[in-house]
Amino acid sequence: MSLVARHLEANGIPTVMFGCARDIIENCGVARFVFSDFPLGNPCGEPFNADMQLKIVSMALDLLETAKEPRTTVQTPFKWPSGDAWKDKVFTKEQPFVEGEAYDRWMEGKATYKKLKAEGKV
Amino acid sequence: MSYVRYIDKTREYYLSEGYDNPYKWAHFDDVPFAELKKPLSECCLTLVSTSDVAIRSEDDDKDPTHNFLVGSVYSIPSDTNVADLYSRQEHYDKYATNLDDVNSYFPITRLQELVAAGKLKSLAARFHGVYTNYSQRRTLEVDAPEVLKRCREDKVDIALFTPV
Repeated sequence: MSLVARHLEANGIPTVMFGCARDIIENCGVARFVFSDFPLGNPCGEPFNADMQLKIVSMALDLLETAKEPRTTVQTPFKWPSGDAWKDKVFTKEQPFVEGEAYDRWMEGKATYKKLKAEGKV
Repeated sequence: MSYVRYIDKTREYYLSEGYDNPYKWAHFDDVPFAELKKPLSECCLTLVSTSDVAIRSEDDDKDPTHNFLVGSVYSIPSDTNVADLYSRQEHYDKYATNLDDVNSYFPITRLQELVAAGKLKSLAARFHGVYTNYSQRRTLEVDAPEVLKRCREDKVDIALFTPV
Protein backbone atom coordinates (compact mmCIF):
# COMPACT_ATOMS: atom_id res chain seq x y z
CA MET A 1 0.00 0.00 0.00
CA SER A 2 2.79 2.42 0.93
CA LEU A 3 4.51 1.60 -2.37
CA VAL A 4 1.48 2.78 -4.34
CA ALA A 5 1.21 6.00 -2.31
CA ARG A 6 4.90 6.69 -2.92
CA HIS A 7 4.39 6.24 -6.67
CA LEU A 8 1.57 8.82 -6.69
CA GLU A 9 3.70 11.27 -4.69
CA ALA A 10 6.60 10.84 -7.12
CA ASN A 11 4.19 11.72 -9.91
CA GLY A 12 2.82 14.87 -8.31
CA ILE A 13 -0.29 13.66 -6.45
CA PRO A 14 -0.23 14.43 -2.69
CA THR A 15 -1.34 11.51 -0.50
CA VAL A 16 -2.15 10.69 3.10
CA MET A 17 -1.88 7.20 4.56
CA PHE A 18 -4.12 6.10 7.44
CA GLY A 19 -2.90 3.17 9.49
CA CYS A 20 -2.57 1.21 12.71
CA ALA A 21 0.76 -0.55 12.00
CA ARG A 22 3.04 2.41 12.62
CA ASP A 23 6.33 0.54 12.34
CA ILE A 24 5.50 -1.06 8.98
CA ILE A 25 4.42 2.22 7.38
CA GLU A 26 7.29 4.28 8.80
CA ASN A 27 9.79 1.56 7.89
CA CYS A 28 8.72 1.91 4.26
CA GLY A 29 8.42 5.68 4.44
CA VAL A 30 5.45 7.72 3.18
CA ALA A 31 4.84 11.42 2.72
CA ARG A 32 2.04 11.89 5.29
CA PHE A 33 0.69 9.42 7.84
CA VAL A 34 -2.29 9.58 10.22
CA PHE A 35 -1.61 6.95 12.89
CA SER A 36 -4.33 5.51 15.16
CA ASP A 37 -3.19 3.24 17.98
CA PHE A 38 -5.96 0.71 17.29
CA PRO A 39 -6.04 -3.01 16.51
CA LEU A 40 -5.57 -3.79 12.80
CA GLY A 41 -8.80 -3.31 10.90
CA ASN A 42 -10.19 0.18 11.53
CA PRO A 43 -7.61 2.80 10.49
CA CYS A 44 -10.38 5.42 10.06
CA GLY A 45 -11.97 5.01 13.50
CA GLU A 46 -14.02 2.78 15.72
CA PRO A 47 -16.83 0.90 13.92
CA PHE A 48 -20.13 2.83 13.97
CA ASN A 49 -18.51 5.88 15.59
CA ALA A 50 -19.21 8.38 12.80
CA ASP A 51 -18.04 11.34 14.87
CA MET A 52 -14.61 9.78 15.50
CA GLN A 53 -14.31 8.73 11.84
CA LEU A 54 -15.08 12.25 10.63
CA LYS A 55 -12.44 13.68 12.96
CA ILE A 56 -9.80 11.20 11.80
CA VAL A 57 -10.54 11.76 8.10
CA SER A 58 -10.49 15.54 8.71
CA MET A 59 -7.05 15.20 10.33
CA ALA A 60 -5.81 13.69 7.06
CA LEU A 61 -7.14 16.64 5.08
CA ASP A 62 -5.56 19.07 7.55
CA LEU A 63 -2.26 17.24 7.12
CA LEU A 64 -2.37 17.88 3.37
CA GLU A 65 -2.38 21.59 4.16
CA THR A 66 0.17 21.60 6.98
CA ALA A 67 2.84 18.98 6.17
CA LYS A 68 5.98 20.59 4.83
CA GLU A 69 8.15 17.52 4.31
CA PRO A 70 7.90 13.75 3.85
CA ARG A 71 7.64 11.31 6.80
CA THR A 72 5.22 13.64 8.58
CA THR A 73 3.29 11.47 11.07
CA VAL A 74 0.42 12.67 13.26
CA GLN A 75 -1.23 10.49 15.88
CA THR A 76 -4.98 10.69 16.42
CA PRO A 77 -5.99 11.56 20.02
CA PHE A 78 -8.30 8.57 20.43
CA LYS A 79 -7.84 5.52 22.63
CA TRP A 80 -9.28 2.13 21.72
CA PRO A 81 -12.55 2.08 23.72
CA SER A 82 -12.01 -1.28 25.42
CA GLY A 83 -8.44 -0.51 26.46
CA ASP A 84 -5.00 -1.74 25.41
CA ALA A 85 -5.22 -5.38 26.49
CA TRP A 86 -5.42 -6.48 22.83
CA LYS A 87 -1.78 -5.42 22.36
CA ASP A 88 -0.45 -8.18 24.60
CA LYS A 89 -2.13 -10.90 22.59
CA VAL A 90 -1.39 -9.87 19.02
CA PHE A 91 0.46 -12.61 17.14
CA THR A 92 0.62 -15.07 20.01
CA LYS A 93 -0.20 -18.76 19.95
CA GLU A 94 -3.25 -17.90 22.01
CA GLN A 95 -4.45 -15.55 19.29
CA PRO A 96 -2.78 -16.43 15.98
CA PHE A 97 -3.41 -13.74 13.41
CA VAL A 98 -5.23 -15.99 11.00
CA GLU A 99 -6.29 -19.58 11.53
CA GLY A 100 -8.44 -22.33 10.10
CA GLU A 101 -9.55 -21.92 6.50
CA ALA A 102 -8.28 -18.35 6.36
CA TYR A 103 -4.81 -19.64 7.29
CA ASP A 104 -5.01 -22.29 4.57
CA ARG A 105 -5.95 -19.67 1.97
CA TRP A 106 -3.09 -17.45 3.14
CA MET A 107 -0.55 -20.26 2.86
CA GLU A 108 -1.95 -21.18 -0.55
CA GLY A 109 -1.36 -17.59 -1.68
CA LYS A 110 2.20 -17.67 -0.38
CA ALA A 111 2.86 -20.99 -2.13
CA THR A 112 1.48 -19.64 -5.41
CA TYR A 113 3.73 -16.62 -5.15
CA LYS A 114 6.78 -18.77 -4.45
CA LYS A 115 5.98 -20.95 -7.44
CA LEU A 116 5.46 -17.97 -9.77
CA LYS A 117 8.65 -16.40 -8.48
CA ALA A 118 10.60 -19.60 -9.12
CA GLU A 119 9.23 -19.57 -12.67
CA GLY A 120 10.26 -15.94 -13.10
CA LYS A 121 6.66 -14.80 -13.59
CA VAL A 122 6.49 -12.22 -10.80
CA MET B 1 1.31 1.55 26.49
CA SER B 2 3.44 1.98 23.38
CA TYR B 3 2.29 0.96 19.93
CA VAL B 4 2.70 -2.61 18.67
CA ARG B 5 5.88 -3.43 16.73
CA TYR B 6 4.40 -5.67 14.06
CA ILE B 7 7.66 -6.27 12.21
CA ASP B 8 9.28 -7.71 15.37
CA LYS B 9 6.12 -9.49 16.51
CA THR B 10 5.56 -11.28 13.22
CA ARG B 11 9.23 -12.25 12.88
CA GLU B 12 9.21 -13.76 16.38
CA TYR B 13 5.89 -15.50 15.81
CA TYR B 14 6.90 -17.15 12.54
CA LEU B 15 10.32 -18.12 13.91
CA SER B 16 8.51 -19.90 16.74
CA GLU B 17 6.37 -21.65 14.12
CA GLY B 18 9.48 -22.88 12.31
CA TYR B 19 9.60 -20.33 9.47
CA ASP B 20 13.15 -18.99 9.48
CA ASN B 21 12.97 -16.84 6.35
CA PRO B 22 11.25 -13.68 7.57
CA TYR B 23 9.36 -11.40 5.20
CA LYS B 24 11.45 -8.47 4.04
CA TRP B 25 9.34 -5.38 4.63
CA ALA B 26 9.79 -2.58 2.14
CA HIS B 27 12.28 0.04 3.30
CA PHE B 28 13.47 3.24 1.63
CA ASP B 29 15.75 6.05 2.72
CA ASP B 30 14.19 8.57 0.35
CA VAL B 31 10.51 9.46 0.43
CA PRO B 32 8.86 11.37 -2.44
CA PHE B 33 6.73 14.36 -1.46
CA ALA B 34 4.23 16.27 -3.61
CA GLU B 35 2.98 19.59 -2.29
CA LEU B 36 -0.69 20.49 -2.23
CA LYS B 37 -1.06 22.95 -5.10
CA LYS B 38 -4.53 24.37 -4.47
CA PRO B 39 -7.07 24.74 -1.67
CA LEU B 40 -8.82 21.55 -0.54
CA SER B 41 -12.14 23.10 -1.53
CA GLU B 42 -10.93 22.99 -5.13
CA CYS B 43 -9.59 19.42 -4.94
CA CYS B 44 -10.92 16.18 -6.38
CA LEU B 45 -10.15 13.28 -4.00
CA THR B 46 -9.84 9.54 -4.41
CA LEU B 47 -9.52 6.71 -1.93
CA VAL B 48 -7.22 3.68 -2.33
CA SER B 49 -7.51 0.70 -0.01
CA THR B 50 -6.29 -2.81 0.68
CA SER B 51 -9.35 -3.54 2.79
CA ASP B 52 -10.62 -5.95 0.12
CA VAL B 53 -13.85 -3.98 -0.04
CA ALA B 54 -16.37 -5.26 -2.59
CA ILE B 55 -19.86 -4.57 -3.89
CA ARG B 56 -22.43 -7.05 -2.68
CA SER B 57 -23.55 -9.38 -5.40
CA GLU B 58 -25.74 -12.45 -5.35
CA ASP B 59 -23.18 -14.18 -7.50
CA ASP B 60 -19.54 -13.72 -6.50
CA ASP B 61 -18.39 -14.60 -10.00
CA LYS B 62 -20.21 -11.55 -11.27
CA ASP B 63 -18.64 -9.12 -8.84
CA PRO B 64 -18.95 -5.91 -10.93
CA THR B 65 -15.65 -4.58 -9.63
CA HIS B 66 -13.81 -7.37 -11.42
CA ASN B 67 -14.83 -6.31 -14.91
CA PHE B 68 -11.88 -3.96 -15.12
CA LEU B 69 -9.33 -5.75 -12.96
CA VAL B 70 -5.74 -4.94 -13.97
CA GLY B 71 -2.98 -6.60 -11.96
CA SER B 72 -4.34 -6.41 -8.42
CA VAL B 73 -6.22 -3.14 -8.99
CA TYR B 74 -10.01 -2.79 -9.18
CA SER B 75 -12.33 0.19 -8.85
CA ILE B 76 -15.56 1.03 -7.08
CA PRO B 77 -17.83 3.96 -8.06
CA SER B 78 -17.49 6.62 -5.36
CA ASP B 79 -21.25 7.18 -5.29
CA THR B 80 -21.88 3.57 -4.25
CA ASN B 81 -24.26 3.30 -1.32
CA VAL B 82 -22.24 2.16 1.69
CA ALA B 83 -24.90 -0.45 2.45
CA ASP B 84 -23.91 -2.20 -0.79
CA LEU B 85 -20.28 -2.58 0.30
CA TYR B 86 -18.60 -5.14 2.52
CA SER B 87 -15.08 -6.45 3.13
CA ARG B 88 -13.74 -9.93 2.43
CA GLN B 89 -10.48 -9.14 4.22
CA GLU B 90 -9.34 -11.87 6.62
CA HIS B 91 -6.14 -10.23 7.85
CA TYR B 92 -7.25 -8.01 10.71
CA ASP B 93 -7.40 -8.37 14.47
CA LYS B 94 -10.62 -10.32 14.74
CA TYR B 95 -10.15 -10.80 18.48
CA ALA B 96 -10.21 -7.08 19.17
CA THR B 97 -12.48 -5.65 16.48
CA ASN B 98 -14.59 -6.30 13.39
CA LEU B 99 -15.05 -5.01 9.83
CA ASP B 100 -18.83 -4.60 10.11
CA ASP B 101 -18.71 -0.85 9.50
CA VAL B 102 -17.23 -0.13 6.06
CA ASN B 103 -16.61 3.49 7.04
CA SER B 104 -14.10 2.41 9.67
CA TYR B 105 -11.67 1.37 6.91
CA PHE B 106 -13.18 2.73 3.66
CA PRO B 107 -14.67 6.07 4.78
CA ILE B 108 -16.91 6.62 1.77
CA THR B 109 -19.81 8.19 3.71
CA ARG B 110 -17.48 10.48 5.69
CA LEU B 111 -15.92 11.69 2.42
CA GLN B 112 -19.35 12.26 0.86
CA GLU B 113 -20.20 14.33 3.95
CA LEU B 114 -17.01 16.40 3.60
CA VAL B 115 -17.87 17.18 -0.03
CA ALA B 116 -21.43 18.16 0.99
CA ALA B 117 -19.92 20.47 3.64
CA GLY B 118 -17.75 22.16 1.01
CA LYS B 119 -14.46 21.03 2.54
CA LEU B 120 -13.61 19.21 -0.71
CA LYS B 121 -14.68 20.03 -4.25
CA SER B 122 -15.52 16.51 -5.32
CA LEU B 123 -14.86 12.81 -5.12
CA ALA B 124 -13.28 11.14 -8.14
CA ALA B 125 -15.70 8.96 -10.09
CA ARG B 126 -13.79 5.88 -8.91
CA PHE B 127 -12.25 4.74 -5.66
CA HIS B 128 -9.72 1.90 -5.88
CA GLY B 129 -8.90 -1.38 -4.24
CA VAL B 130 -5.55 -3.14 -4.43
CA TYR B 131 -5.34 -6.79 -3.46
CA THR B 132 -2.40 -7.46 -1.22
CA ASN B 133 0.24 -9.52 -2.97
CA TYR B 134 3.59 -10.78 -1.87
CA SER B 135 5.59 -9.32 -4.71
CA GLN B 136 6.82 -5.79 -4.06
CA ARG B 137 8.16 -5.76 -7.61
CA ARG B 138 4.73 -6.49 -9.00
CA THR B 139 3.22 -3.77 -6.82
CA LEU B 140 5.80 -1.30 -8.12
CA GLU B 141 5.70 -2.34 -11.78
CA VAL B 142 2.02 -3.14 -12.31
CA ASP B 143 -0.29 -2.00 -9.53
CA ALA B 144 1.17 1.42 -8.68
CA PRO B 145 1.26 2.60 -12.33
CA GLU B 146 -2.29 1.31 -12.82
CA VAL B 147 -3.59 3.30 -9.82
CA LEU B 148 -1.76 6.40 -11.13
CA LYS B 149 -3.29 5.90 -14.59
CA ARG B 150 -6.80 5.70 -13.16
CA CYS B 151 -6.16 8.76 -10.97
CA ARG B 152 -5.06 10.76 -14.00
CA GLU B 153 -8.06 9.63 -16.03
CA ASP B 154 -10.32 10.87 -13.21
CA LYS B 155 -8.36 14.15 -12.77
CA VAL B 156 -7.53 13.37 -9.15
CA ASP B 157 -5.78 16.06 -7.10
CA ILE B 158 -5.31 14.19 -3.79
CA ALA B 159 -5.48 10.56 -2.64
CA LEU B 160 -6.14 8.95 0.74
CA PHE B 161 -4.86 5.43 1.48
CA THR B 162 -6.32 2.91 3.92
CA PRO B 163 -4.47 -0.34 4.54
CA VAL B 164 -6.21 -2.87 6.79
